[in-house]
Amino acid sequence: MADEVTFFIDGRPCTAAAGDNLVEAAADNGVYIPTLCHYKGHKPLGTCRVCMVRVDGREAAACTFGVRDGMRVDVDAPELADARKALIELLFVERNHFCPACEKSGRCDLQAVAYHMHLTVPRFPYRYVPFTVENFAGKLLIDHNRCILCGRCEEFVRRGDSKVFAMKQRSSEARITVDLALLAEMSANEIAHAVHVCPVGAILAPGQGFDTPIGRRKYDTHRIGEITDGRD
Amino acid sequence: MDGTEAPHKKPILATVSLAGCFGCHMSLLDADERILDVLAAFELHRSPLTDIKRFAKRCDVGLIEGGCCNDENVHVLREFRENCDVLVAVGACAINGGLPALRNEIGLEACLTEAYLEMPTGAGAEGIIPADADIPKLLDRVYPCHEVVKIDYFLPGCPPPADAFWALLTALAAGRAPDLPTELIHYD
Repeated sequence: MADEVTFFIDGRPCTAAAGDNLVEAAADNGVYIPTLCHYKGHKPLGTCRVCMVRVDGREAAACTFGVRDGMRVDVDAPELADARKALIELLFVERNHFCPACEKSGRCDLQAVAYHMHLTVPRFPYRYVPFTVENFAGKLLIDHNRCILCGRCEEFVRRGDSKVFAMKQRSSEARITVDLALLAEMSANEIAHAVHVCPVGAILAPGQGFDTPIGRRKYDTHRIGEITDGRD
Repeated sequence: MDGTEAPHKKPILATVSLAGCFGCHMSLLDADERILDVLAAFELHRSPLTDIKRFAKRCDVGLIEGGCCNDENVHVLREFRENCDVLVAVGACAINGGLPALRNEIGLEACLTEAYLEMPTGAGAEGIIPADADIPKLLDRVYPCHEVVKIDYFLPGCPPPADAFWALLTALAAGRAPDLPTELIHYD
């Protein structure tokens, strides 16, 4: 077992095993650092940057850091909170997020993090750029309007060692896509896992959604920072 | 009253539904008996609830439901900005265009063609795109209210829950900036 070390969050002494993921170590010490791409217990992706904090005086994505003895982390500083909020706002304006019409509403991490940040309106103009919805053989839907390109599906949905999803193109042209041969072999449970891995409503199982009444959905009854085991 | 103190002046409230569904107004009415407190705290002026259609006096607070999908919406929204001290964008449609803004990705011409000329339910009928001078002209896309006029506060939700209206209006009646608790911030 790794040595226990002491580090500091906003000046408060915290303890963790050396090398523990900073997002998870902070949560273990009662400090919620918002994140969208981090999937608890798995290797960090560092793609969404929403977990931006200051580590020893330097801005960084918390999920990409292991805890070191004496490490000083700023989370609460107003300029950091504002930078994290701006990143969430950029995601809301970049593609088309119409929560009232989304199957993932109430279970969506993007929405829940925005609630946590008290986001009522983005400071950036909405782009309203058209994106497609793809139906893959009636087994899987990908709604590119809602994709935040976090890469969780690419990294954490696999059949054996093979990745089922991949990112194609770059920048504003980037899209996730799925390996049709592997998809054809996937069971309903495996598809449910892919839907679960997606933090937003971009990956969906056809014919499913809106099954839990408003008021009883995951983030109707819990705030995102209160769920200590990461995801349900 | 001895005549030396000014009579207590109730703040005046105006409301309107632009490109909305009146769901936000219904949610306001869903405050149950607290609606009586709203009426005690505010004088209701131009609003679908009073059927007053023209501003006859300056208002303290204007609640805007819906975004702007046509030129009449823009006209009314500007009228609200001119006549209200504080404007609040209420609901998803006022804030990001909401469901009407789903047409923003399609384009106005394609939208009208699909609705009036090549509609699947009108096979064989001769389609006409309505263009009477009395009908408001559709804008090229649906605009959130804050892209048309300055908006002071935003109340998200589809619709915002009655409790959120209550929190907003009690804060404004007391002259405070509204600060919604996390549990009242919802986008659906």
